[in-house]
Amino acid sequence: MKNFDPYQNYLATLKKIGYIPRQLAKQEDYDRIGFMSGLEVHQQLLTEKKLFCHCPAGIYQKDEEYDAEVIRHMRPTLSELGEYDGTALMEFKTRKNIVYRINNKTACTYEVDDTPPFLINKDALEKALIITILCKFNVVGEVHITRKQYLDGSIPTGFQRTAILGVEGEIELKNKKVRLIQLSIEEDSCREISDVGHWRVYKTDRLGMPLIETVTYPDMKNPDEVKEACDYIRFLNRSTGLVRTGMGAARQDVNVSCKGGTRVEIKGVSHTKWIPELTHNECFRQWSLLAIRDELRQRVSDWQNWKIEYTYLDYDAFVITHPAIKSAKESGKKLLAVRLPHFKGILSWYNQPGIMFAQEIADRLKVIACLDFPNMVHSELPVQVITDSDMEIIKMIMNCDEEKDALIVFWATEDDVATALETIEERCKMAFEGVPNETRKSFEDGTTMFERVLPGPDRMYPDTDSTPIPLSVEYIENLKKRIPNTVRERVNQMLAWGIPESSHTYILSRNLYPYIEKTINEYGIDPTVAGKFFGQELKKVEGKYQKGQDFTYDRLLDLIAFLKQNNLHCPLGIYMLPELYQHPNLDFESILTILKFKRRSKEELISKIDFLIEKYNSEAKNKTKENSLNWVMGQIRPMAVGNMDLNELKEEIEKRITQ
Amino acid sequence: MDNTDFFQGYKGRALELLKKYNVRVWGQAEIDTTRGKFKGTVLPRSVNDDDEHIVIKVITGYNIGLDINTIIDMKEVGYKKANYAIPEKEFPYTPGLPKVKLFGTGGTIASRLDYRTGAVIPAFSPGELYGAVPELAQICNLETEKLFAVFSENMGPQQYIALAKAIGREIEKGVDGIVIGHGTDTLHHTSAVLTFMCQNLPVPVVLVGSQRSSDRPSSDAALNLQHAMKTAGHSDIAEVLVCMFGPTSDEYGLLHKGTRVRKMHSSYRSTFRTIGDTPVAMVTTKEITPIKKNYNKRRNDKNVIIKPYFSDKVTMVYYYPGMKPDTIHGLIDAGYKGIVFVGTGLGHVNKEIYPAIRRAHAEGVHMYMTLQTIWGYVQMYVYDTGRDMMAMGIIPAGNMLPEVAYVKLGWALGQTEDPEEVKRIMLTPVNDEITEREPYNGYLVYQGGVPEVEEFIKRVRK
Repeated sequence: MKNFDPYQNYLATLKKIGYIPRQLAKQEDYDRIGFMSGLEVHQQLLTEKKLFCHCPAGIYQKDEEYDAEVIRHMRPTLSELGEYDGTALMEFKTRKNIVYRINNKTACTYEVDDTPPFLINKDALEKALIITILCKFNVVGEVHITRKQYLDGSIPTGFQRTAILGVEGEIELKNKKVRLIQLSIEEDSCREISDVGHWRVYKTDRLGMPLIETVTYPDMKNPDEVKEACDYIRFLNRSTGLVRTGMGAARQDVNVSCKGGTRVEIKGVSHTKWIPELTHNECFRQWSLLAIRDELRQRVSDWQNWKIEYTYLDYDAFVITHPAIKSAKESGKKLLAVRLPHFKGILSWYNQPGIMFAQEIADRLKVIACLDFPNMVHSELPVQVITDSDMEIIKMIMNCDEEKDALIVFWATEDDVATALETIEERCKMAFEGVPNETRKSFEDGTTMFERVLPGPDRMYPDTDSTPIPLSVEYIENLKKRIPNTVRERVNQMLAWGIPESSHTYILSRNLYPYIEKTINEYGIDPTVAGKFFGQELKKVEGKYQKGQDFTYDRLLDLIAFLKQNNLHCPLGIYMLPELYQHPNLDFESILTILKFKRRSKEELISKIDFLIEKYNSEAKNKTKENSLNWVMGQIRPMAVGNMDLNELKEEIEKRITQ
Repeated sequence: MDNTDFFQGYKGRALELLKKYNVRVWGQAEIDTTRGKFKGTVLPRSVNDDDEHIVIKVITGYNIGLDINTIIDMKEVGYKKANYAIPEKEFPYTPGLPKVKLFGTGGTIASRLDYRTGAVIPAFSPGELYGAVPELAQICNLETEKLFAVFSENMGPQQYIALAKAIGREIEKGVDGIVIGHGTDTLHHTSAVLTFMCQNLPVPVVLVGSQRSSDRPSSDAALNLQHAMKTAGHSDIAEVLVCMFGPTSDEYGLLHKGTRVRKMHSSYRSTFRTIGDTPVAMVTTKEITPIKKNYNKRRNDKNVIIKPYFSDKVTMVYYYPGMKPDTIHGLIDAGYKGIVFVGTGLGHVNKEIYPAIRRAHAEGVHMYMTLQTIWGYVQMYVYDTGRDMMAMGIIPAGNMLPEVAYVKLGWALGQTEDPEEVKRIMLTPVNDEITEREPYNGYLVYQGGVPEVEEFIKRVRK
């Protein structure tokens, strides 16, 4: 231990596997590690009611706003192989008590699984079908509702009702096409309030809201492509006007694997801007695990029989300073030491930026054995919290080989010890095999943590409470007539109008395209002016001011109509925007009054120019033609905005200056 | 399941299409349609679904249906037969644990899933149950026997008699307790009739079901089973009991007397309630807590008395305003010997049907009155109506539940037709189907929305 520096080992292994920060990575680097990624984009549909019951959709509640609580437990169902689905077994091992907080405004007896489902929400189905057709999917002839099992408690029935509407679609990115596997319609799950020890608490407001899920093939070959595909799908959904907007209305799961790795799902990524860093780190995490596998197999020939060794420790035999261990002692938890033969240097092996391999074990202790953080310490911490002498004692008790082995010390109630030991051994044995199939939770800094074992396609079976829904040829043909043009077409049109690419994201994500189109086509406004107004000025205002309760984008069209009717020029609209945004019910004349706007004729404005030029010439110090122009313009401009074209004003001034 | 049928469930035009392209059920198919190409395993078609679609399971595990009108071409590229055999583990025998017998009557108290096909397969043998609910092995030693397999709404006198006899045989062989798996629709009918048919029980006989199908993770089945087995093996309550959820949460189960329990909601887990009294006990996987002080206790002898009789010449009449006598006349003409009336208020019907009632009485039809209100006693002395009806031969049945009165009358008329004897049987409680007193907490139906009730629910109703 004296010569071994865990932090140096971390850096050395980081270098060994060839990790580079994302900003420096190129396509060759991703090709080298075989980066592959696919997406599952979830989007809430804009409907009045939920999918399988008649509760209102889109009402959210605070954690303490509930009328009753219900407790449930989830059990796995045996499959035909006489085995349990891996995820199900894992969740069952956690022995969690799941509490649902229900509010009568948003949950009925269907939500708590005490009433069978009502017929599917036809409005939701139709909206989902329109999006299905838009993505060029092959639409099914009959919708079969299926059950997808989830045992984490996020759905009280233990399964989600879901159905495929189309297969084999595609979307077009800047440089390539991405194929889509399927689009399905499904119900949203509960929102988690807390997860401590063996208790998990959910609220049911979001439960049952209609969602669509768009699944891509793993066609993306670098992190930026993944983000681009995700953004595209989200814009596409929003551009239909059929989906909900706002926080939490869209979420994505990202699947990542490297060459020789396994598919890992990063669940619930809430912001697309996190995607590049997350996928980059995940790919390298897997690459790193494969390197660990190779290293371990070199060290241990008979690795299938590898086992941990453990013993209970007596708190009193040690000088304990670590606060977590102290409080474990006070709460009566047991203290255990676990020896990992041949794992020297593995615990401090690079895993993710700022994270070493040992965290993989700690994560599972939290999730599976329900040991809240901090739940363990080990022999390769960058900053050791166990005194050297204590460490010596433990090593002696465990017969630890200084050069070859690693040690973990953890604490848990007696009831949880068995599951904890099983978890540690299981994860270490997986290290000999490579990359475990997992679902991971994402964080803002681009790292991830174990969430659950990745469920197989085997946990799906038909919902016997529902009957199949036929989709006739006539019905689909009618829907096709309602398809809006796609994101790609809109982008091309905006470029043709001269609207810069930097504005496109904002315009598409707010679904402002129809407004711009109308402004240009119906009101005859110059496309660049329209683009600037909606794509830049509106954005500034939205960022700076508080939105008035009744403000909708339709008011902007009213504003443009007003300006047109009164022969006022568009730039005036930009000045009026802040007032309108905050107080949408104000009439436009009143806004003009607030702005102290006066109608002036072109002649009146031009007549002021000469006087101002003279004034400048008599008072100014640095007299140049340029400064003169700017100064005069600056004086007349506030009066001129809206009253005359500003380019024309500039020309008039220039004319008189040269005279 | 007919193994030689290659087109299970398909009929009409869909069947023709499959035959035309030589694509079988369980075949992996590539299908070209006007809506694009699809690939998957062809699944059997459900009997009640139309003949216009073909169902396939795609690789992601979802099922979809294809409109046969859109199909241009189909090709079978592989084939793998479904095989429902499931490897069994043996239910471990633990010396010292009580011996419990589980009778199956139909319905799935536990199941397994064939994810490949989506079929839900009942798990019933001890080995299969052990696989589904391994905790049972810590509660008792288990034997199982399937008596018959019917949905509980299709149960009837034949099944009641078979059950009663099976119970008698089992007790004679020697058993510590009996559990009966039963659909929840008519659980309370069966529990009542078994109370009459199996008297002087030395051990518990516990009926159990599940409100939510046992294939789902949230099902109440596993917990109900554990509670039922615990009761049958360990409790000292030697009666016919119904064991189902207390609240809708996974907190505790309730043991209800077979003659006073009723299903009160079409789907809630907490649907079974004791009417006009408290349940006999609460049960968790750890303990059984009696609520009532007096009940028949467990004995070491085997002296059960089985009375497996039933006449199906009994019917129930749910009175409604404006009812006409021809309904009663029709029943008499059809040969019914017993009518259980379910009357309004304290047990009333309208004057219009009096002539029919008189005729029924004259022709020896046995008539009893029970209540639409479910709770409360029939009290026919208070109003003239009641007195008139008694004079015409309708006998008030105390606070016997309508369904219980029906099965009891059927059981009575299966033994004798003598009016005095039938009356004696009907009005002499075997086990609380009529109680002398109704405690205040026998009727607790609180309204939602009232502030103190909402406060209570929020605080306690976990």
